[in-house]
Amino acid sequence: MFIELENIHKHFGRVHANAGISLTVPEGRIMGLLGENGAGKTTLAKILSGYQTHDAGTIYLDGKQASFRSPAEAIRAGIGMLHQDPLDVPALSVLENFELGGLQSGLRKSRASAARLQELCKRFGFSLDADAAVSSLTIGERQQLEIVRLLDQGVQVLILDEPTTGISSPQKVLLFRTLHRLASEGISIIFVSHKLDEVEQLCSSVTVLRRGQVAGSLESPFSPADLVLLMFGKALDITERPDVPLGDSLVELRDGTIRTYRLTMDHLTLELRAGEVVGLAGLEGSGQQLLMRACAGIQPLAGGTLAIAGQDMTRKNYREFARLGVRFVPAARLEEGLISGMSIREHYALIDPNQGNVIAWGNAQTQAAEKISEYNIVGSPDSLVQALSGGNQQRLLLAMLPEKLALLILEHPTRGLDIGSSRWIWEHLLERRLQGTAILFTSTDLDELVKYSDRVIVFSGGMMSAPTPASQVTSESLGYMIGGNLR
Amino acid sequence: MRARTRLTNLPLGAAPVVLTLVSSSLILLAAGANPFEAFANIIGGAFESWRKFADVLVALVPLMLCAAGMLITFAAALWNIGIEGQIIMGALFTTAAVRWFPLPSALILPITILAGMLGGALWGLLVGLMRTHGHVNEIFGGLGLNYIAIALTNYFIFGPWKSVDGATMSGTDPFPAAATMPLIAGTRASWPPLIIALLAIAGVYLVLNYTRWGLHLKAIGLNAQAAGRMGIRTTANILLAFAACGALAGLAGSFQTTAVYYRLIPSISSGYGYLSQLVVLLSLLRAEWVPLIVLFFSIISVGSPRLELRMQLDSSLGGILQGSIVLFFLLTRGLQQRLSQRRERKHG
Amino acid sequence: MANSLLVETIASVIASAAPLVFAGVGETITEKVGITNLSLDGSILLSAMAGFAAAMLSGSLLVGVITAMLVGALVAGIVATGSIALRQDQVAVGFVLTVLCTALSSFLGKPYVRVPGPSMPHLPIPYLADIPVIGPIFFNHDLLVYLSYVVIFGTVFLFNRTQLGLRLRAVGERPEAAFARGINVNRYRYLFTCLGGALVGLGGATFSLSVKLGWSYQHTAGFGWIALAIVIFGGWNPLRVALGAYLFGALNSLASILQPAFPTVPTQVFQTAPFAFMILTLLIMNGDVLERLPRGSRWLRKLLQGQAPAGLGKRFQSD
Repeated sequence: MFIELENIHKHFGRVHANAGISLTVPEGRIMGLLGENGAGKTTLAKILSGYQTHDAGTIYLDGKQASFRSPAEAIRAGIGMLHQDPLDVPALSVLENFELGGLQSGLRKSRASAARLQELCKRFGFSLDADAAVSSLTIGERQQLEIVRLLDQGVQVLILDEPTTGISSPQKVLLFRTLHRLASEGISIIFVSHKLDEVEQLCSSVTVLRRGQVAGSLESPFSPADLVLLMFGKALDITERPDVPLGDSLVELRDGTIRTYRLTMDHLTLELRAGEVVGLAGLEGSGQQLLMRACAGIQPLAGGTLAIAGQDMTRKNYREFARLGVRFVPAARLEEGLISGMSIREHYALIDPNQGNVIAWGNAQTQAAEKISEYNIVGSPDSLVQALSGGNQQRLLLAMLPEKLALLILEHPTRGLDIGSSRWIWEHLLERRLQGTAILFTSTDLDELVKYSDRVIVFSGGMMSAPTPASQVTSESLGYMIGGNLR
Repeated sequence: MRARTRLTNLPLGAAPVVLTLVSSSLILLAAGANPFEAFANIIGGAFESWRKFADVLVALVPLMLCAAGMLITFAAALWNIGIEGQIIMGALFTTAAVRWFPLPSALILPITILAGMLGGALWGLLVGLMRTHGHVNEIFGGLGLNYIAIALTNYFIFGPWKSVDGATMSGTDPFPAAATMPLIAGTRASWPPLIIALLAIAGVYLVLNYTRWGLHLKAIGLNAQAAGRMGIRTTANILLAFAACGALAGLAGSFQTTAVYYRLIPSISSGYGYLSQLVVLLSLLRAEWVPLIVLFFSIISVGSPRLELRMQLDSSLGGILQGSIVLFFLLTRGLQQRLSQRRERKHG
Repeated sequence: MANSLLVETIASVIASAAPLVFAGVGETITEKVGITNLSLDGSILLSAMAGFAAAMLSGSLLVGVITAMLVGALVAGIVATGSIALRQDQVAVGFVLTVLCTALSSFLGKPYVRVPGPSMPHLPIPYLADIPVIGPIFFNHDLLVYLSYVVIFGTVFLFNRTQLGLRLRAVGERPEAAFARGINVNRYRYLFTCLGGALVGLGGATFSLSVKLGWSYQHTAGFGWIALAIVIFGGWNPLRVALGAYLFGALNSLASILQPAFPTVPTQVFQTAPFAFMILTLLIMNGDVLERLPRGSRWLRKLLQGQAPAGLGKRFQSD
């Protein structure tokens, strides 16, 4: 089956996630869909597989117009999607998940299903225990289950969204072999990724998205330089900025280990000095968030030691970190940072250390009003935080920080903000560093990383690169490293 | 724009009352009774005499105290269904103080009040501890403790504290006069509980709206994770909220023994805890609305028994009115929210 | 002689637990699809009353049973509508319905208080009832008790052996995944919430027509909460939920057997103790106690542990 997309548009509020995308997916081949985070890849994949409806544009399957109101309709039309976080039912067994979604009714035909499952697994070299609970499987195994399930449903087009995140390298080899084999059997594959090396290895053609639009399409073999250029746009322009004398060593992480369900990170070492700005680059989920959370006292270390300002903080909690002047500004502003349902004034009453047991609402009001004008927040002290725009929520989060800080950790400090706001926020942050505050931040904007960091660290699959002085970083080297070549 | 939405909301605002009246009329008709006569009897029953209206004030006290407590736990998004047990423990502790400690008569009442609050607070704290340290949902933890509280009072009432003149009445022997609240002449009501109940609701209003603790509870209720990141101690505050609610419920239980029954009886809580939950749901967690709703509910509770005398109907019609007004309130509010959402989507 | 007394006692436990089996398994179905119907204590009362009254007025036990089931389904339907279509708090709606239904049962049930009425006829199953020990324990009851067996095994069968059951579990565990597989999540939730409610109603009818005959004020009060607790106790597994119901029944009769042995303890304590005991076991199950069990007793942990459906109480919108 071959697919044509014509002028697909999708808006989320003010964000134009897909702005007129047209492309063709050839039959029986593996097409890469490349782009950095937020380029619109996942949105497009979800539209194509029925999870989201598009605002405008047309989808043609084998030349015939098609539209899906649900994933089930897309699967019936032959299009299946494998989500980054497999959309299965962890509490059920492998076999139950495999059976689920068929249109059969009445009694389960478990024996027949088990036979089909076994046959499909054998064909691709997967080893899945039909009776195991899906919750006990690795992400790679859950992917394998979803692939055989979708094939069993008869899909002709398979969309994979970042399938290599969180799987082991033997699983990756197996996955790639499977995809090659499926393509040779006539199945069309869309491989959504932001990893250059994987796209090079696997795909016979690639379409690059940038800011919701098609930046270009290339046929294999690709030149990495061309891909990077299409992904990130123009070469970076490095601005000179005055060096700030760095202070004493502030953060010392030695041989740290972080373990989560998705990722294990070993031998983490980080040194940060007062007044230093370190930018963390990498694809979402490569480990940079975990490192930042460890430095903020939110993610406990499974091994190693962490000292801040000379004090051992290895097993301390967030409150004790905060006492040393460490603050964390999350990317999930309304989930982790602000309290939905409360006004700006109430937030000020909450965080003001000078508030007594009886709240001086007058003070909170004054403070809120002052900070609103100081930080150019569009809103009033009465505004509920969930009614503020993303940029104003971010300004509020910064405005709520105490005057003096030792370490400020920010996830995507300018995500979703316009250029003016971004610049304003960085002016504010750099002022703080003049007072000796060290800043640790992540961003997907390479310009931002190079422009504001003293040193840049790149993460890929739970590994971190050695810190590189920002002045020595080029867009190409950064793009390469983000794509998985940490050297 | 605002004026228009207000206008369109108006009929929906009255809807719970109308729906309650219509549905309960249907129920009354089904029971073969005249709805108008029934409603008139309820109102008339509550206002027929000064003595009868004073009974409304008697019913108002425990309901107001429990609702005040419930506002605290609800602020932190906690379901304190264990409040019934907290009332009972308040009564039990009060009775224990009266029976076990030979106190000078001037001190008896203040001490019994404190004992009652202590009993309720401990029982509330247990619910909280089961939640924070035992991972037991507070609804089930609270229910379990309700039954244990009932079992405990039954043990004392029918065991060690068995009434001497046994057969005449269930419950313990009456309290000595020094351990009973003075009555307002010609009524069954007394001033101190009433004044304390009013002070309690006013206090809770102030605490929730003007103190840091109230704000912390609200923050925990809305987003415990973000509140924790702002340095608010979530566990300690949750426990404190349960204890505070329990103390107020215990106070209610204490007054039920020293000002209403003058003894400990089985099922001393009379369902006031559950009823207070309805009050708070209807108030949308706003303390300023609670006194009015409590008054309204108390009128219904006190007026309903006249249905039995005059119309041979069961007095539980009062419960039907109280329950259905809250149910219809929740349902119409949901409908209203859905409609305004749809309107927004259409216009923007 | 002692042996036959034991058999008799077990048989009476089996019969007296039937209402709790219906209500517990019904609520299990409802929660498995992702909705908590907290109204049980009220809806059992109301359906017990309605079932008794309908059977009496119509002279037909079948009409009584069906009426009770309809009442249970209707109350559950209000919970479902309130939480799905009107997006209100499930707990709030359920709780209000508990209070409302309790009051309704007292009000509407007044004419039937302590009035003798119909009851399920005793119906030993031929041949099966003659099997020694097993016969008198399981097959010497009335139709509703037999139906409780059918409901237990039918629900196990539904959950594990049918496509429908697989889908309903998927809806309760991960509605997004169920939606992706073409299942109409909210339609399933309405359907199975009402089905669960109908079984709760059947439990009510079993009270008034088979176990605790007739109707009185607050006839079954407390049993709804027990049914809700048993669902957790049973780890959302119908077989274990039924076991919990029998265990509760056994505790109840144990209390009445033990009572004469402790003359100083008032009877009223024994009547409430099983309730307290039952709910306290939840504390042990949910808490860290299980985590601290020694390694060798893993089977015990597996037996006692139960995971709530991951999607329980979570709203789902397909957009």
